[in-house]
Amino acid sequence: MIKQNDTAVQNAHWFTACRVEDVVENGGVCVKYGDEQIALFYFTRRNEWYATQNECPHKKQMALSRGMIGTKNDEPKIACPFHKKTFSLTTGECLSGDECSIKTYPVKVENGNVYIYIE
Amino acid sequence: MVGYKFCEKLIAKKLPDLEIIVFGEEQYPAYDRVHLSDFFNGKNADDLALAPASWYKENGIQLHLGDPVQYIRNSIKLLQTFKGYVLHYDILVMATGSSPFVPRIDGIEKDGVFLYRTVEDLHLIKSYAKKAKRGAVIGGGLLGLEAAKALLDLGIENPDVIEFAPRLMPRQLDEAGAEMLASTLTSIGLDIHTNKNTAKITGDECITGMQFTDGTSLQTDILVVSAGIKPRGELAAECGLETGMNGGIVVNDYMQTSDEFIYAIGECALYNEMIYGLIAPGYEMADVAVHEICRIHSASPVKTKAFTGFDMSTKLKLVGTDVASFGDPFANGDNVRNIILRDTAKGVYKRINVSADGKYLLGGVLVGDATQYNILLQTCKNKLILPPNPEDLILPARESKKEEGAGIVALPDDALICSCESVDKAAICKAVSEQGCETVDAIKKCTKAGTGCGGCLPMVKDLMVYTMKQQGKYIRNVLCEHFGYSRQELFDLVKLHELKTYDDVLDQLGKGDGCEVCKPAISSILASLWNEMVLKKGNDTSQDSNDRFLGNIQRGGTYSVVPRIPGGEITPEKLIVIGQVAQKYGLYTKITGGQRIDLFGAHVGDLPLIWSELIAAGFESGHAYGKALRTVKSCVGSTWCRFGLQDSVSFAIQVEERYRGLRAPHKIKSAVSGCIRECAEAQSKDFGIIATEKGWNLYVCGNGGSKPQHALLLATDVDSETCIKYIDRFLMFYIRTADSLTRTATWLNKMEGGINYLRNVVVNDSLGMAAQWELEMQGLVDVYACEWKVAIETPEIRKRFNHFINAPGEKDPTVKFDVLRDQKKAANWK
Repeated sequence: MIKQNDTAVQNAHWFTACRVEDVVENGGVCVKYGDEQIALFYFTRRNEWYATQNECPHKKQMALSRGMIGTKNDEPKIACPFHKKTFSLTTGECLSGDECSIKTYPVKVENGNVYIYIE
Repeated sequence: MVGYKFCEKLIAKKLPDLEIIVFGEEQYPAYDRVHLSDFFNGKNADDLALAPASWYKENGIQLHLGDPVQYIRNSIKLLQTFKGYVLHYDILVMATGSSPFVPRIDGIEKDGVFLYRTVEDLHLIKSYAKKAKRGAVIGGGLLGLEAAKALLDLGIENPDVIEFAPRLMPRQLDEAGAEMLASTLTSIGLDIHTNKNTAKITGDECITGMQFTDGTSLQTDILVVSAGIKPRGELAAECGLETGMNGGIVVNDYMQTSDEFIYAIGECALYNEMIYGLIAPGYEMADVAVHEICRIHSASPVKTKAFTGFDMSTKLKLVGTDVASFGDPFANGDNVRNIILRDTAKGVYKRINVSADGKYLLGGVLVGDATQYNILLQTCKNKLILPPNPEDLILPARESKKEEGAGIVALPDDALICSCESVDKAAICKAVSEQGCETVDAIKKCTKAGTGCGGCLPMVKDLMVYTMKQQGKYIRNVLCEHFGYSRQELFDLVKLHELKTYDDVLDQLGKGDGCEVCKPAISSILASLWNEMVLKKGNDTSQDSNDRFLGNIQRGGTYSVVPRIPGGEITPEKLIVIGQVAQKYGLYTKITGGQRIDLFGAHVGDLPLIWSELIAAGFESGHAYGKALRTVKSCVGSTWCRFGLQDSVSFAIQVEERYRGLRAPHKIKSAVSGCIRECAEAQSKDFGIIATEKGWNLYVCGNGGSKPQHALLLATDVDSETCIKYIDRFLMFYIRTADSLTRTATWLNKMEGGINYLRNVVVNDSLGMAAQWELEMQGLVDVYACEWKVAIETPEIRKRFNHFINAPGEKDPTVKFDVLRDQKKAANWK
């Protein structure tokens, strides 16, 4: 068990996604990480970065990066372009009353590079 | 509930040195039993709680849950609880409620016999019903009928309802009303038996049938007993308080029991030989008891307040049927006129009892349609003088709705609107005018009106609207949490301040960080006003999803491509180009309803390539993705058709090219027909044009969609130039004043004065705006540019058409297609 944990920690790392200027202001882009697709959002108005899974769990569409971001009572959220289901960018929880939720990833910016933390 | 209400009212009196200790049998603080069935609609115990446990703490109330009082020694004012807590009280208030009444019937203990009162009961019934084929209910009152409906919903065919009395709901309905209800219930599958007294429940361990005192019997596998309530007066009886019928605790006008230091309120109290099983009288009892306790302990003399037997008026929806009774539903005799409306086809029965002189409403019964209940109840309670023809009160409304509004205005200030919380008209109007409550929720919070049964909420809303109108206010129709303005206000403000980007608008007119509601709405306003490229930096990510990629997103995440084909006219050369492009990029092709060709299945990264080829061949964007002008459909008209009166194709092309790219609150469709045979279906469009001998007839505000509506004639026999002028004015008026996502038909439906008003504005220039609107429209037409052309020529914009930011050119590998009739189709939702 301990060994596995160690491996997990070793595998966990900050993945270099792109440059700051690659990402659209107040919107999202899709980042390829192996077979995974990660939606990366630059909430310029708030000077905040978020990353979530790109797939909307509602109809399993790779689309969240193309959705509109915004806030609900100051909680940053993303609206899927397909049926406007909204999800919290901080917790991944669905804000439109559905059971589903999305995975979120930590993001950091250093020297103009954007990194996503992969576990 | 009544106990909680008592605490609330007593605290409000702010008596010095007051200590309240509450003992409850259940594990939860008091909750809303009236809406118990909402448990099934996803509410939990916290949602139903009248106040959280913290409320008790904040108000200094000791709350002992799961610890019922076990005995009372009233001679020395002492009580002891189940957990052994001993307490000396000064005053004891019993709000012990009731339990279901279980009649003594031989065999009632058998398996398969259930009560219908708690969530627990409902769960037990649900699981037992699975193995039952036949079902029956004892009790033809409100709960009994609900139980019967529940059995029906659980798959039991034709459950039997057994009522001891000669009719259903004997306390609320007269004979004819009960008969109407019975026939409605029979039609939905209940078997109603009245005048039946159950003698015995048969079967070994489990119920198999019932025998009645009249010698008849029936077979059943499950029985639900709902034979009324039994006041919980055992504790009172044990300590020697006077109890009466079924164990109810006898109280006087001030809710005092036979021991002056013990009060009883709610369903456990027996007042004047009556148990009051409704919430409103229960709350009234709590109020009376609080008043009396304060009166006795007050230094200065206070007038007494007595309970006088509360009005049992009630309205409920029973198995989908309205049932209501108010005032004295049974009033009869020489001094009473009964007016009765009975419609067996519709299942409607209405009876009102009017004083012999025709002046006052005494009471009545409504079955099948209780829409007039509130106003009838108010008329009855407030002793309003009736109109000369009181029968109009129950006849189906033939005149406009204004009558109802007038009804509210006529109510006196002390008209009781919410009987549960005793809130009168004046209090609600005051909350609106003086405390600034401008939503129903705010009024609920401020006055508590509508927080009990909720039946008065429509009236509360009408009063709110009425009061706000009195103050010269109109109901604010705001966009979302980020903007406190309506779309029309925002449109004018954005124009006035010459704001050009979404962020500017948000900074100057809004708050917070925007959302998927205000972003597209503001973007649409900006586009309607300035007609700038929608994907210009700063506005790109505030566009609705389809506008952001200038295509309609389809299942799987690909887009559709629709080049503009004005009027539906296309050369063979251009047709060939569309075919070639579709072949090259593997697109599915289909003719649309708007006489153009839709190409489906384009990867986001292919869009600029596809459009480059189409634009090179002379195509432009068709704006099929935007809330904008879509198509102007045409029939072939006088150029070929032997019936054609005018060249409808040429005019359609002229109109389409004038308004192409025009963004509006919603999509706009149009058509031009060459004669009255109307092959282009112009009368189903937002604006449609039909050729006449002398020119054109212009129709407006039609639409297809979920609620089709024909367009209405705006102008007749106008020449092409005038027709365009009118359309300019009509569209600018619509763009400026309609709410977001409102089609022209809905916009017109909401317009006061309707088509006549619209015609006055557009044709007769009654607002004096015509010249300005024509000028503004010309301005938009002059700056039009194909946005796809701009997109592919602007590297900054073009680079956004990529699926992966870190792997440009790579397509989304999850996109999957199936094959259907030799073409591709999107794979189904997973």
